[in-house]
Amino acid sequence: MTEQPGTRTSMDRKMVHPQHGAEGTILDIDNFCLWYGLKQALFNNTISVEKGLVTALIGPSGCGKSTLLRSLNRMNDLIEGLHTSGEIRLDNQNIFDSHVDVIALRKRMGMVFQKPNPFPMTISDNVSYPLKIDGIRDRRILSETVEKSLQSAALWDEVKDRLKDNALGLSGGQQQRLCIARAIAADPEVLLMDEPCSALDPMATTKIEDLINELRGRYSIIIVTHNMQQAARVSDNTAFMYLGKIIEYGKTDTIFTKPRSQQTQDYVTGRFG
Amino acid sequence: MIGILMIAAFLILIVWNGLITFYPKQIEVIHLNSGKVMAGEPIRTESFKIDPQTLQKLPTSVREAIKTGDVHASRTLYKTGNFDLYNEDYRWVTAFDIKRSDTPPEMVIVERSEWGPFIGTITQLELGEETIVDPAAIFSRLPDAHREANNRRDAIQRLERNEIGGINHLMEKARLDLRRVTLKGDMTLATLQAAQQKHDRIISDLQKRYQELEHQADIMKAEDERFRIALADVENRTKTLKLSGIVRIYPANTLSEWQKLGIYFSRWWEFLTAEPREANTEGGVMPAIFGTFTMTLLMVIVVTPFGVMAALYLREYAKQGRLVSLVRICVNNLAGVPSIVYGVFGLGFFAYTVGGIMDSVLFPERLPNPTFGTGGILWAALTLALLTVPVVIVATEEALAAVPHSLREGSLACGASRWQTIKYVVLPKAMPGIMTGLILAMARGAGEVAPLMLVGVVKLAPELPIDGIFPFLHVERSFMHLAFHIFDVGFQSRNSEAGKPMVFVTTLLLISLIAIMNASAIYIRNRLKRRYLSGHF
Repeated sequence: MTEQPGTRTSMDRKMVHPQHGAEGTILDIDNFCLWYGLKQALFNNTISVEKGLVTALIGPSGCGKSTLLRSLNRMNDLIEGLHTSGEIRLDNQNIFDSHVDVIALRKRMGMVFQKPNPFPMTISDNVSYPLKIDGIRDRRILSETVEKSLQSAALWDEVKDRLKDNALGLSGGQQQRLCIARAIAADPEVLLMDEPCSALDPMATTKIEDLINELRGRYSIIIVTHNMQQAARVSDNTAFMYLGKIIEYGKTDTIFTKPRSQQTQDYVTGRFG
Repeated sequence: MIGILMIAAFLILIVWNGLITFYPKQIEVIHLNSGKVMAGEPIRTESFKIDPQTLQKLPTSVREAIKTGDVHASRTLYKTGNFDLYNEDYRWVTAFDIKRSDTPPEMVIVERSEWGPFIGTITQLELGEETIVDPAAIFSRLPDAHREANNRRDAIQRLERNEIGGINHLMEKARLDLRRVTLKGDMTLATLQAAQQKHDRIISDLQKRYQELEHQADIMKAEDERFRIALADVENRTKTLKLSGIVRIYPANTLSEWQKLGIYFSRWWEFLTAEPREANTEGGVMPAIFGTFTMTLLMVIVVTPFGVMAALYLREYAKQGRLVSLVRICVNNLAGVPSIVYGVFGLGFFAYTVGGIMDSVLFPERLPNPTFGTGGILWAALTLALLTVPVVIVATEEALAAVPHSLREGSLACGASRWQTIKYVVLPKAMPGIMTGLILAMARGAGEVAPLMLVGVVKLAPELPIDGIFPFLHVERSFMHLAFHIFDVGFQSRNSEAGKPMVFVTTLLLISLIAIMNASAIYIRNRLKRRYLSGHF
């Protein structure tokens, strides 16, 4: 259909120059391709995500950032007619292996979506949801987790007096932080964020960005964003994607100041996209 | 617009007629030109075209008056009561036949438990040894005497229904026990004889007890016979009846407004709480209210899991393809099948097939009398559940489709399985929509008559489907239903005029019952909705 899997990558060696974390890589995306039916959406993407760092995925709309992100915890499984090739390895274990338990995989990867999507329950029920579906009913453990997660998500002080209120009564920014608290409640290793600030106002956005900085080191964060300043502010490494391909992957500073690819240069300087 | 007006007018007609039915009216005593006297409550007046021959016979002055008025004369329908004396209880009286009419204070209306109302005067009151003829004394003694008579009647009824009824129940049980033994293939002569002897012993014991009770009842009845009231109609034909046979007695022409209101509300109370009398045209509709309510409740209990599970499968689990579309089309078509067809299906499948098999397996000793093998409240509820399941499926599917995809994704991303996502996130969110479907189903089911006539509704049910005898809820029993009650009273009774007020009141009641059930379901739904009100940014 397109390039043969196995021919190493169309990406030039010099286009891959990430900052390396102290603990090595956590996710290896290896020659990963994805088709929606007959239409190919991702082409032979290969990058390694460093453990404990923040990795940003940038690129114009429809370039496949979200598709790639959603492949990481196999949320794309729900889509009919979708198939993939190549590997994504989490701790050297291919997540597409037949014996991999999707539910266990998703528990290792928290996810935050574009639009805040708190469940129609109380605030504390929202945060303890990942534990409850694991069958944990011990009130002490649940309330400890709720407090710890909400504190990590910098929401505790705002909601500690109304944990039994409906989560839908919170503001948009609070709802998004609640979703982050929910995503980290089950203590995942990776945090996937799909444009987490695109539905929020600047104040709420600042708070989320501060939060991402706080969480750096504890979780490996992969964030998809439209906003290049945001990518520059919060991330250590940045991957620029265009038309389903990763064009350049490297240190954020380098990507934004001295990109090696002409396309990256054009995008980050605002000439297209 | 015209539709709304018509519906509004129809509702107003029903509400108005339903509300005024129980308000006591005056009794007019009418002296006719022919010299006859009659008494009755005026029901309604209308003008009618008079035929030429009758017109010729009339006096000139009357004839001229009618001719100027377009050959129409006016006539009034009077409720005369006294069916036992007159063989009719309504009579048309033409306006030109009336010499004079007045409302004498001594006229009373006696609502009897048999023969309908009596309109006339009280001539004497017999209280045991004592006989009272003075009208003032009669009216002062009557309320207490009537109350005592009612207590006596209730005591007799209790004895007959509960105790003697209980003995009948035990006798039937003994007979069934014996029959069960004989039906067993492997019995020996000895066991058979033992069973026969046991049966005979029980029966003879019960019969002894039965005779004692019957004797007791006879004594009570004889005592009751000594308290009587003598009545006379306007033409001085007399009638004597037991005080305990009187439901209500009041002097219609001397009542104050408050007393009228008292009678009005006591009639409503009787209507809502008592059992029907007089081929359903008098008395109450309590068994029908109870039957309607129980049947609807059973139906909802059956239809909810069925409909919701089917919709969950179609929407959440099934692979969306040609087969699912076909199933969906079938479900929608099911909603368009005439309800009588469901009735035939329910009778043939539920009552005769399923019920017949249940009878032959579980209750062989009762055959040939069917237990489940005939119409009953369970089969009626199942038939209606079948009738309303498409409504629930369609509404539930729509409610499920309306749950935002982001919520499902959020739950799945937390590592929830598909069923956990449905249970904790999708179903609670879809609950208001599902409730809407159930409300629609309930409204449709509660007002349906045609299929019920085939699968268990009866004109007069001897026993309620719930009582004190184990297992308390008797789902095999036939039951009464308000909508069928309307049909029966209005169109199947001997005297359509007598049934008319009952039709209006029962219709009002049915509409109110459905409105109340819907309103409470809507209330629950709105409370659910408020819980899931989306936040504001």
